[in-house]
Amino acid sequence: MSAPFDLNDDSVVVVVGSGAGGGTLGTELALKGIKVVILEAGQRHNMEDFVNNEWESFSQLAWTDMRTTSGSWRVHKNFPNLPAWIVKAVGGSSVHWAGASLRFQEHEFKTRTTYGDLDGANLLDWPITLAELEPWYAKAEDRMGVTRTNGIPGLPGNNNFKVFEAGAKKIGYKEVSTGRMAINSEPRADRGACQQIGFCFQGCKSGAKWSTLIAEIPRGEATGNLEVRPQSMVQKIEHDETGKVTAVVYVDKDGKTQRQKARIVAVAGNSIESPRLLLNSASNMFPDGLANSSGQVGRNYMRHMTGSVYAIFEKPVHMYRGTTMAGIVRDEAGFDAKRGFAGGYEMETLSIGVPFMAAFLDPGGWGRSFASAMDGYVNMAGLWIVGEDMPQETNRVTLNTDVKDQYGLPVANVHFDDHPNDVAMRNHAYAQGAAIYDSVGATRTLPTPPYPSTHNLGTNRMSAKARDGVVNKHGQTHDIPNLFIADGSQFTTGGAENPTLTIVALALRQADFIAGEMTRKTI
Amino acid sequence: MATLIDRRGPSRRAVLAGIGAAGALMVSGAAVLNPREAWGLEVTALKPETMRTLIVMARDVYPHDRIPDRYYAIAMKPYEVDAAKDPALKVLVEDGVITLDTLSKAKYGVAYADVGWEDQRVAVLREIEDSAFFQKVRGGLVVGLYNQEEVWPIFGYEGASADKGGYIDRGFNDIAWL
Repeated sequence: MSAPFDLNDDSVVVVVGSGAGGGTLGTELALKGIKVVILEAGQRHNMEDFVNNEWESFSQLAWTDMRTTSGSWRVHKNFPNLPAWIVKAVGGSSVHWAGASLRFQEHEFKTRTTYGDLDGANLLDWPITLAELEPWYAKAEDRMGVTRTNGIPGLPGNNNFKVFEAGAKKIGYKEVSTGRMAINSEPRADRGACQQIGFCFQGCKSGAKWSTLIAEIPRGEATGNLEVRPQSMVQKIEHDETGKVTAVVYVDKDGKTQRQKARIVAVAGNSIESPRLLLNSASNMFPDGLANSSGQVGRNYMRHMTGSVYAIFEKPVHMYRGTTMAGIVRDEAGFDAKRGFAGGYEMETLSIGVPFMAAFLDPGGWGRSFASAMDGYVNMAGLWIVGEDMPQETNRVTLNTDVKDQYGLPVANVHFDDHPNDVAMRNHAYAQGAAIYDSVGATRTLPTPPYPSTHNLGTNRMSAKARDGVVNKHGQTHDIPNLFIADGSQFTTGGAENPTLTIVALALRQADFIAGEMTRKTI
Repeated sequence: MATLIDRRGPSRRAVLAGIGAAGALMVSGAAVLNPREAWGLEVTALKPETMRTLIVMARDVYPHDRIPDRYYAIAMKPYEVDAAKDPALKVLVEDGVITLDTLSKAKYGVAYADVGWEDQRVAVLREIEDSAFFQKVRGGLVVGLYNQEEVWPIFGYEGASADKGGYIDRGFNDIAWL
């Protein structure tokens, strides 16, 4: 039987979420001949429908269902109901991402061993190594068409990159390039080359940028083995008396509650919704939520150490023209204890338009200082810093039972405090980012606070031992053999790298594992 | 956006009556007028003096000397529209302006919009910056002012580009001064 599948078909794999993790996993399973239903909370858009307007696009794509926040992070003060800037649509946040596709470094899979026991940090080595993941990284890079891999040329540098590159080289950085990007620099895989439109965050209108929406899901659907159901908000995962999951309950586009039976369930709703779903699925047998015998579901929430540096020059830059993020300095990405912090960070070019600059440059700021910075917009260059942040047990997604969503379920509360290591790294990065621009004549630099989180990680983390985390090295939950996690919430630690490539590599590897176990009938 | 504001010239009488410290903004009947920019904004839910003060305040919060009053007025017009339907908002805004004027008169002897220097008005705003009124006006401006496509060229921002073929042939790498 081919898609669409019956609600009572208990032979299907149900994947919750269609982003980099879920969209890739679902497609890869379908390509292997396995029947898959992807339940996606958001709508399905065509790339032609994407909008080159920041707020309009935000309304179209962003996940704006109610969430709450707590903790000392500034996002709680400025954006109390928007902890994360992620997508609710088919393709998930792979519609919104900038395309940076970096492999983790070897030591980033062994942070507890490498950094030692940092006070307040819940560090843990991954149960897999770089060597184990390398073939999957290679497969992901080929699949996504990552520049500077597989003989694919790098993207051309735009104005923002040229300023960044000149400054970085002037202060002695060596690893400076337009980076490894899942954006076609030349036509590949039935998708055209980048037209330097800008607005990468608003959904690529040319199709040059890889997303599961345009590059994966249609391939999966073409097999007849994949059905994607948009506007299907999952409420609960059900299980039988043996503790195996059996079905997923969701509300469909017409507001009707449906129950899709399942042989296997893989959760890929990003690091806020995924633990929320496990917690909201609590039962008599699993009173603390599914797969939560360790108590680690929702804990160790990471968002990367981030921040931006914008700089104003005497003359125009027009940073917004062209790719939003094709530019990187990797010299600070390694671990060098002499800098006074564990881990490392990347610096990547970034531009946002006037509307978002007004919202994010200094949230809550006003007066001449703010306005004169905005007046410098056309002469601005910008970079984003993204570094490894420390997992902390108290940084945590929990259910806020005082606030209910449109379906009457408790919303997620996201609690976050910076670890002192995060603060030390951010200060170092602010200084280095400013130095890059100062060296080529910046008249003013603007250390800009973190935006609502785009990299949400760690809330269902991988661990060798069941007591330390939620899933094993295959993303299979320690407690329930036919329940998997397929998104960034399975990251044990965050690394300094943008997470999407690793999410895709893990999803491809997980698909291989699931197919093997199904053949062996162990699940 | 043009429909938000009535474009009409003020009467000579209004021009004469309106000469004061807050630039070209004046009140005539139920309208705020800017003869220099040749527009008027009629108000019914809010007092015209309140709208004039809001427009002055908006510029003080995000002062862009190259942006004409018209765009600040457009950003403030939703308070007039919403106040007609929302009594609580109307009270928040009218009371907020009364507070501004009271503080200004105590400090400088004149109403907020008639205080001559931006720095002096900002000193009054600093006293109320944690208030619901101030945060409402400031927060609304972030989108209300900066998301007006008409102001983007003033910042050198070109907006949508896909419909023009992107920047591949339109200067994505044209920087020449480095």
